[in-house]
Amino acid sequence: MELAASAGPLVQWGWVASNEGTILSLLWQHVELTLIAVGVGLGISLPLGVAAWRARPLRSPLIGAAGALYVVPSIALLSLVAPLTGFFSLTTAEVALVSYTLLILLRNVISGLDSVPPGVYESARAMGFGTLGLLFRVQLPLAMPSVLAGVRVATVTVVGLVNVTALLGQGGLGQLIIQGFTEDFNTPIVVGLVLSVLLAGAADAAIVVGERLALPWQRKAKIAAQ
Amino acid sequence: MNFVSEVVRYLTKSSNWSGANGALALLANQLEISALAVAAALVAGVGLGAVLAQSRRGAFAVVNAANAARAVPSFALITLLGIQPAIVRLRQGGLVATGIAMFALAVPPVLTNAYVGLRGAEPSARAAALAMGMTRVQLFKQIELPLALPVVMAGARTAAVEVVATATLGAYVGYNDLGTYIFTGLALHDDVETFAGALLVAVLALAVDQAMALAQRALTPAGLRARRASP
Repeated sequence: MELAASAGPLVQWGWVASNEGTILSLLWQHVELTLIAVGVGLGISLPLGVAAWRARPLRSPLIGAAGALYVVPSIALLSLVAPLTGFFSLTTAEVALVSYTLLILLRNVISGLDSVPPGVYESARAMGFGTLGLLFRVQLPLAMPSVLAGVRVATVTVVGLVNVTALLGQGGLGQLIIQGFTEDFNTPIVVGLVLSVLLAGAADAAIVVGERLALPWQRKAKIAAQ
Repeated sequence: MNFVSEVVRYLTKSSNWSGANGALALLANQLEISALAVAAALVAGVGLGAVLAQSRRGAFAVVNAANAARAVPSFALITLLGIQPAIVRLRQGGLVATGIAMFALAVPPVLTNAYVGLRGAEPSARAAALAMGMTRVQLFKQIELPLALPVVMAGARTAAVEVVATATLGAYVGYNDLGTYIFTGLALHDDVETFAGALLVAVLALAVDQAMALAQRALTPAGLRARRASP
């Protein structure tokens, strides 16, 4: 074995070809970790956001708590959680990742609900919608553009953070980065970096397309406005 | 409970705070690299933002590119820089690798905010200044920059919090900051040291956020403050 004097060329394509299987499974793990984090984050933020929107006094403590979580560095949060949830466990990674989605999502749920014009629910009430019907069939759908804007930011943030969770939890492409660093070898780091950026871009684009499909009235309204 | 009291004991032991590897030295290192990176990003970001705001040419492309660059994971950048022979050879290789990565992390929010802030100066304020006979440089220094400062500072605040938090990763490539506790603790399976380090970083990040909020308020011109108070 020769002693590497340098970290090699930026990308050694031979290595990429012979490790394709590992790379793809790590990429898939990265996708899974991101989906779980954003899904759970949304599952927490939607009801909390609705509650905070209805009961105003809840707002600033909730946003404050989520904000404090958001400011704690990822590696620090991971190390704070790891002794409780297990080193290198899925739970550790997810607790940290979900925490970062909360502030972004909560804010957007609340501002989305705020943006529903009062006239809309006055007329919905007049049409006989009850509280729940109003919430699910009028307010939440109208708040969706704002919620989805939050989902975009949260998703891109989480895709980046998953790399760091490799240090303490399961980290998808982050494992390639660690491997490259410990072996003094550029290729895995570059592959991890590039795939992570591409994944963030693809996820962002997918949400935009999903939004168009799920909220067709937005486009119709825009066309009508022209 | 035992674990918590051990962490408290670790953090209150004075020998853990002094010396080259004491908490104070590591804290100073973390603040130093963060301050350097954010200061450099402010110079570069405000400079470039000012040029873009003047000419408008290519502004959209540059600001978008800067935002896309946010998707580059700092962890990948730090490690990649950290194994380059040209950097490894340096006596302070860890500082250089971490510093460059932190600069790259700080530029996008500063640049975006500087551009938006400088672009957004009220046309009437600019017109009045020009009518008063101000030169282009005076206009920038006395009108546009002060009016843009709150927005610029908001970007600097975001950047500073992200940088001071992320600089922790520098310890992974040999920069001796608070991350050292976390990574040493992880390597030695010393949960107390890991936890204590993480706690210090978390408190530091919150403190920087608060300090930057105060700075932002202090640098907001009195006229803008008064207007916000009475809408």
